[in-house]
Amino acid sequence: MSKIHQTFESGKAFIAFITCGDPDLETTAAVVRSAAANGADLIELGIPFSDPTAEGPVIQGANLRALQGGVTTDKIFDLVRELREDVSIPMVFMTYANVVYSYEAERFIRTCREIGIDGLILPDVPFEEKEEFLPLCHQYGVDLVSLIAPTSENRIADIAAEAEGFLYIVSSLGVTGTRSEITTDLASIVSVVRRHSKIPCAVGFGISTPEQARKMADVSDGAIVGSAIIKILEQYGRDAAPEVGKYVRSMKDALR
Amino acid sequence: MTNPRGRFGIHGGQYIPETLMNAVIELEAAYDRYKEDPDFNRELTELFNEYAGRPSRLYYAAKMTEDLGGAKIYLKREDLNHTGAHKINNVLGQALLAKKMGKTRLIAETGAGQHGVATATAAALMGMSCVVFMGEEDTRRQALNVYRMKLLGAEVVPVTTGTATLKDAVSEAMREWTSRISDTHYCLGSVMGPHPFPTIVRDFQAVISREIREQVMEKEGRLPDVVLACVGGGSNAIGSFYHFIQDPSVRLIGCEAAGRGVDTFETAATIATGRLGIFHGMKSYFCQDEYGQIAPVYSISAGLDYPGIGPEHAYLHDIGRAEYVPVTDEEAVCAFEYLAKTEGIIPAIESAHAVAHAMKIAPQMGKDQVMVITISGRGDKDCAAIARYRGEDIRE
Repeated sequence: MSKIHQTFESGKAFIAFITCGDPDLETTAAVVRSAAANGADLIELGIPFSDPTAEGPVIQGANLRALQGGVTTDKIFDLVRELREDVSIPMVFMTYANVVYSYEAERFIRTCREIGIDGLILPDVPFEEKEEFLPLCHQYGVDLVSLIAPTSENRIADIAAEAEGFLYIVSSLGVTGTRSEITTDLASIVSVVRRHSKIPCAVGFGISTPEQARKMADVSDGAIVGSAIIKILEQYGRDAAPEVGKYVRSMKDALR
Repeated sequence: MTNPRGRFGIHGGQYIPETLMNAVIELEAAYDRYKEDPDFNRELTELFNEYAGRPSRLYYAAKMTEDLGGAKIYLKREDLNHTGAHKINNVLGQALLAKKMGKTRLIAETGAGQHGVATATAAALMGMSCVVFMGEEDTRRQALNVYRMKLLGAEVVPVTTGTATLKDAVSEAMREWTSRISDTHYCLGSVMGPHPFPTIVRDFQAVISREIREQVMEKEGRLPDVVLACVGGGSNAIGSFYHFIQDPSVRLIGCEAAGRGVDTFETAATIATGRLGIFHGMKSYFCQDEYGQIAPVYSISAGLDYPGIGPEHAYLHDIGRAEYVPVTDEEAVCAFEYLAKTEGIIPAIESAHAVAHAMKIAPQMGKDQVMVITISGRGDKDCAAIARYRGEDIRE
C-alpha cells in the first residue's frame, strides 16, 4: 500500500491544491506548511502550465501569475526538497502532460522519487494514454492518480480496477472552479468503484464550503479543494499562509 | 478500451480530460457508422455540390507560369467555395454527422474567422445553434468575419486568456465542451486535437486532392510534380496531399508561417522551430520553451498563428514524405500582391504563404513540370490588415 493510500486509513481526508509560485515560491512554501500544520492530509502541488485546459478562470489566473513570476519545474523541485525537511504528509504534483514530457518523462519521474513526491495527477492523460507515463511511475514508485468524471459511466470499472494512490472523482462537468451546487450522483459512482477496487475516492471540482466538503466526504473518502484556496491567495498575496491555515482547519474540522 | 488507433507514427492520440473521453468515443463510433453509409455520403455530396459549389476549379495560371518561367502552375480554387475557403468542406461533414448524432448545438474555435464563419453557416443551414470562440486579438484583426458570424446567427465569444489568439480559442472551446456535452458537438476546424478529429477532418478535406487528381489527369494526362499548400494546423494541406501520399513522384510541400523569421521569437513555424510535445489532445510538434510551456507564436496570418501542427503532418515530416518550409510575413504579403496583380486573384494571406514558396521554386523547375498550389481561401478579409502592413490605414 502506498503512502497516499495509507493517508486515507485514518479517516476522511482533506486535500489542498496549491499552484506553485503564485505569487512566489516563498509564499507557496509558507502556505504548504500552514496547510499541513492545520490538518491537510495531502497536498496537491500544481506545476503551472501556459495553457491549462482543464482549469477554470481562478486556477488559470494562478498559473499565469506563477509563470510571469518566473517559476520553472526545476525551481519547484527545489521547493519540494526544502519542504521535505519538515513536511511529512504525502505530496503529489498536478500538472499537464507536456510539462512532464518535455522535461523527459524519466528524468521528471525519477526526480519526483528523489525529492519525495508520492504521486502525479495529469488531467490530460486519460486511461487510454496512461501507458505514456505508467511504466516509469511503476519503476520509480510514484502513484499515477486516475480521474473519473460524471460522464465516465461504462469506463468507471476499468479505471477503478487499475487505479493507484487514490481515485480523483470529478464532481461536475466543466472545468475547475467553485460551484454553489453539485448535482452529480456521486454516491452511485463511488458504489461502482467500490465493487471493483479498494482504492480510496476523493471528490474535487467545485468544493469551497465546509458543508460541501462534509457532503462530498459522506459519500467518499475525502474532499479536494483548489480554487477556494487560490482565491485566498489572490486576496492576501504574500500574507496568505495564516488565512489558508484557518480555512484548512475549518474544512478539516468539517470532515472529522 | 485500448486504443491502437488515432496514431500517425508516434503522433496523435487522445490526451484529453476524462470528462471528454466518452464524447470522443461516441463521435468515433458515429463516424465509423456513417462514413461508408451511402445515404450519408449522398447527402454530403449534395451539400458539397449544390450548396458549397464543388467541385472547385483547377485553374491554369498562364500569366504566372509565363512570368516565373518554369513549371506549369495550376491553382486549386478553394477560395471559390461558399464562405470563401476550404473550411466549409470539413464543417458540412461534421455538422451533418453531428445532426445524425442528435446534437443541436455546434461550438467551434476560429483564428482568421473562416472556420467560424463556415460553422455559423452550417449551423444556420441545419437549424442548429452555434457558439464560436475567437481570440480577442483576432476579433480585432478580423472584424468583418466577426460580423459575418453574428449575421449568420452565431454567438461570438472573444477569448482574452493567454495570447488571445487561435490556441487560446481552442483551449476555451475545449473547456466549453467539457461543461456541455450531451447536446453539443465540438466542430474542430483543423486536422488536430484528439483522435478521431485529425482523421475525420482529413477525410472531409480529402475531397480537395481527389478533385485535383482527376482534374490534373484530365488537363495534363499525368500526376503533378509538386503540390503546395499552407500549413497552420494543416487541414487544407492534408486535404491537398492525401490522395498523392502513395505517389512518391509527387512532391508535397507545406508552407508554414515564419512570421518575422524563424530566427526570431515572432514566428509560428512549428516544424522549423518546434519540438515534440503533448498539447490540445495530441502528441505532435509544438513551439515551446525548455520547460514545455507553449510559446506565444506570431504570424501576420491569424489562420496560421498556431503553435502546433496536426499529427499526420508531423508523421509525414518524420518519414520524409512531405517537406515543410517557412515563409515570412514579408514574403507572404508580396505573394498576396503578386497574385492579385498577375492573375486577378486575391488569395487569403494564409494561402499567400504557399504562393510565396511556389514563386521561389517554380523558376527552378522545367517547363514540362506541373505544379499545383492550393488557394485555400480568398483574401477579402485580409485587405485591411495588408493595407495596414503597407502603412495605409483604410476603414472597412
